[in-house]
Amino acid sequence: MPLERQRVQDLEARCIEEQPPACTAGCPIHLDVRGMTDRLRTGDMAGGFAIVARFLPFPGILSRICDHPCELVCRREEAGESVRINDLERACVDHGYKASALPRLQRAQKRRKVAVIGAGLSGMTAAQDLALKGHEVVVFEAERHALPRIRAWKRPPLPEILIETDLALATAAAVTIRIATAVGRGLDIAPDRLLTDYDAVFLAAGAKASIVLAGEFGVSRAQDGRPEIDPLTFGTSHPKLFAGGSLRYTPAVYSPITSTYDGRCAALSIDRLFQGASLVANRDGQGPYPTRLFTRTEGYPPLPALPAANPARGYSAAEAQAEAARCFPCHCLECIKVCDFLAHHGSYPKRYIREIYNNDGIVKGARKANRLVNSCSLCGLCEAVCPEHLPMGDFCLEARQSMVGQGKMQPSFHDFALQDMAFSTGEDCSLARHQPGFTKSAALFFPGCQLAGSSPDHVAAVYAHLCDRLDGGVGLLLGCCGAPARWSGREALFRDTLETLAGQWRSLGRPDVITACSSCFSLLRTHLPDMTVRSLWTTLERTGLPAGVGLPHRTAPQGAVLAIHDPCTTRHEPDVRASVRALARLKGLAVTEIGDPELTSCCGFGGLMSFVSPRVADLTLDRRAAAGSDDFLTYCAMCRDNFARRGKRALHLLDLLFDTGGDPASRADPGFSSRQENRARLRQRLLASLWGEAPEPSTDAQPAVHLADDVRDLAERRQILMTDVRAVIVHAEESGDRFLDGDSGHFLACLRPRTVTFWVEYAPCDDGYQVFGLYSHRMTVGPEGRP
Amino acid sequence: MTAPDPSRLVCARCAVPLSPGKVTVSYMGSSFEVELPRCPRCLRAFVPEDLALGKMAQVEQALEEK
Ligand code: SF4
Ligand code: SF4
Ligand code: SF4
Ligand SMILES: [Zn+2]
Repeated sequence: MPLERQRVQDLEARCIEEQPPACTAGCPIHLDVRGMTDRLRTGDMAGGFAIVARFLPFPGILSRICDHPCELVCRREEAGESVRINDLERACVDHGYKASALPRLQRAQKRRKVAVIGAGLSGMTAAQDLALKGHEVVVFEAERHALPRIRAWKRPPLPEILIETDLALATAAAVTIRIATAVGRGLDIAPDRLLTDYDAVFLAAGAKASIVLAGEFGVSRAQDGRPEIDPLTFGTSHPKLFAGGSLRYTPAVYSPITSTYDGRCAALSIDRLFQGASLVANRDGQGPYPTRLFTRTEGYPPLPALPAANPARGYSAAEAQAEAARCFPCHCLECIKVCDFLAHHGSYPKRYIREIYNNDGIVKGARKANRLVNSCSLCGLCEAVCPEHLPMGDFCLEARQSMVGQGKMQPSFHDFALQDMAFSTGEDCSLARHQPGFTKSAALFFPGCQLAGSSPDHVAAVYAHLCDRLDGGVGLLLGCCGAPARWSGREALFRDTLETLAGQWRSLGRPDVITACSSCFSLLRTHLPDMTVRSLWTTLERTGLPAGVGLPHRTAPQGAVLAIHDPCTTRHEPDVRASVRALARLKGLAVTEIGDPELTSCCGFGGLMSFVSPRVADLTLDRRAAAGSDDFLTYCAMCRDNFARRGKRALHLLDLLFDTGGDPASRADPGFSSRQENRARLRQRLLASLWGEAPEPSTDAQPAVHLADDVRDLAERRQILMTDVRAVIVHAEESGDRFLDGDSGHFLACLRPRTVTFWVEYAPCDDGYQVFGLYSHRMTVGPEGRP
Repeated sequence: MTAPDPSRLVCARCAVPLSPGKVTVSYMGSSFEVELPRCPRCLRAFVPEDLALGKMAQVEQALEEK
């Protein structure tokens, strides 16, 4: 039942946010360009240099002459020009140089001897890398200087002092450079002697000399005489001899960064050889490669590269800062951009998945990621925008199911929503009947608990219309599809709820089910494959509308435009969405889209988000509400009510199809208490009016309870139902258990009907009671669990 | 609404003013002693709103996470 490691790893691997940006992946030695531009953007030149020095063996030199393949792949190219990465590196060296940021000398476990043939960039890189690891390195150079090619550099020439400064680190690490010393038979040093006197040899003497030496070392050679070099390890056919540098890639033009790369890779192999480690393991990401990181560049206005005022002197610190600010920087975070829940927790899915997995396995100690797991609306938007289609919602649901399975679900998260569901499926609200006068049903109307709670009049009107238009009898099924149980991870409860529903459906002769709610529609379709489920909207498109079809409705004045908000559960239901638009057209309504319907977002009810993280749910709603200035037209009762709660004018499609008068877009959110009352009353009313069954006369008359609007809002936010408020007052008045506030004359009383203690501040008034305040806690107080 | 001043509360059943006293609060198998205004005679305690929504809610969350 706990989350499976393999599943977690597969999902983690799909989030590509931690892949390197294109520049870093394209740099042979994977310099952390984004880290550097992050520092420079804030003017932190020393911080920029610290990054440059961590990667570049000779920062002064390479920051001026690198052939910067990174800039060829920089994504800024798509919005202006590539970031001038190499020039920024130079600015780091020019304005942020600190000797203390250079790599430190390590001590080798066992100091070995290495001979390097050729003091070019590849030879010197290998020599320095190995010396820094604590090995003894001797470089043999036939010319009179180390780095002869660099000293002869023409475009532009490099200052001598710069070269010497860069070489100081190698010298400090005790690299011995023997200049004017040629290796070869009959020359200054015999090749055979190197192989016997040293533990490893790196051949990096350029193509011409190396062809001769390869013959003298007796290693396998290509047709042109060059040694055969393993592209991963830079090894040759002799286990102690490695080779690289320009000799490997000529006749391609000389590339300082490629030579540097060769030297670095050879040094890594030699060090591994000394440690007895595998030369080939874990080198997948070595060298330039195309990154998997997805980066959307469309939104960025194009910006050209910033030219240095004085090109010869390079960027000033201020110029570097401005140029660095052109780096996006590259990230994926597509899901974070669209989901307030994912953004709210401050990281991204790869990390969340790991956090959730760790949370799942905690045996002792606090499970800090519980709210993270339970705040997702399960709306599937992240999956829709993710380049890898990572289903964060599915994973959050699995994690909830695991919490429930382990008995670790936090009771306060879902209790209220589940009690609401229990009420909807209970005897006060549920009903399953054939159409009056029929003994069979060809179809069965299932409005769902939220429509029944939000606008019972519509349920009655739609039912009458369907009975009128459909042949063979239309049954009525009142209840709940079990979505809250499913969303809360209570899979067993969900199955029970579904089974009850399926039982009622079977007893009515398995009619085609018509749902008004898209959550019911998708849940029933997915989980009851035997059931034929149709959407009310596709059905109405077929049956036609009540009288007045095709006429502009009086609540939609000429010229008014409505923006269609599709519930998140229709993301993958194009037919349903099309029917809704067709019905709006039939009514002569002008409608617009709010972006791509497949990228619609949740109203906060999905996944029970608003019960666990009300603030995030409101952010989600407000963002959606702000995406369109027209009144919204939706076809989910919960979406409509939630928009209304946040002050966004919103209509339910039924408001337009079945005239209920007034200005339906301004109808207030009924709230949880009224929804419950509405469901119960709807059942009684239909039983009486359609089936002629008068309700049982209620025995106990309930006192009238009055709340000012702000107190009613408080009750909603604090998840306190009017039935509970009433129960507290009735109990207090009957038992006498209450406190009196001498200042205000109000009573304060409490009751714990189930798992929560409710406190109510009230006073009697003319026709009942006035409530002034209310709150709750879950703790019990007193030795016997009172209150 | 202004929160009632606990020292001005009277137990309506016993007609005595509340006074601070040690009370046990429990949740998810853990118990703590806290000082709450209570009726000295019938020992019924009053939980003020700021305590219920503040400290008490925090402790409830922490215990639920265990
Ligand atoms: S070292 Fe060269 S290739 Fe690598 S990031 Fe810097 S300029 Fe680009
Ligand atoms: S925009 Fe920045 S992070 Fe992206 S590729 Fe260019 S330099 Fe790298
Ligand atoms: S969209 Fe989100 S989950 Fe998908 S790869 Fe990007 S950051 Fe990761
Ligand atoms: Zn008392």
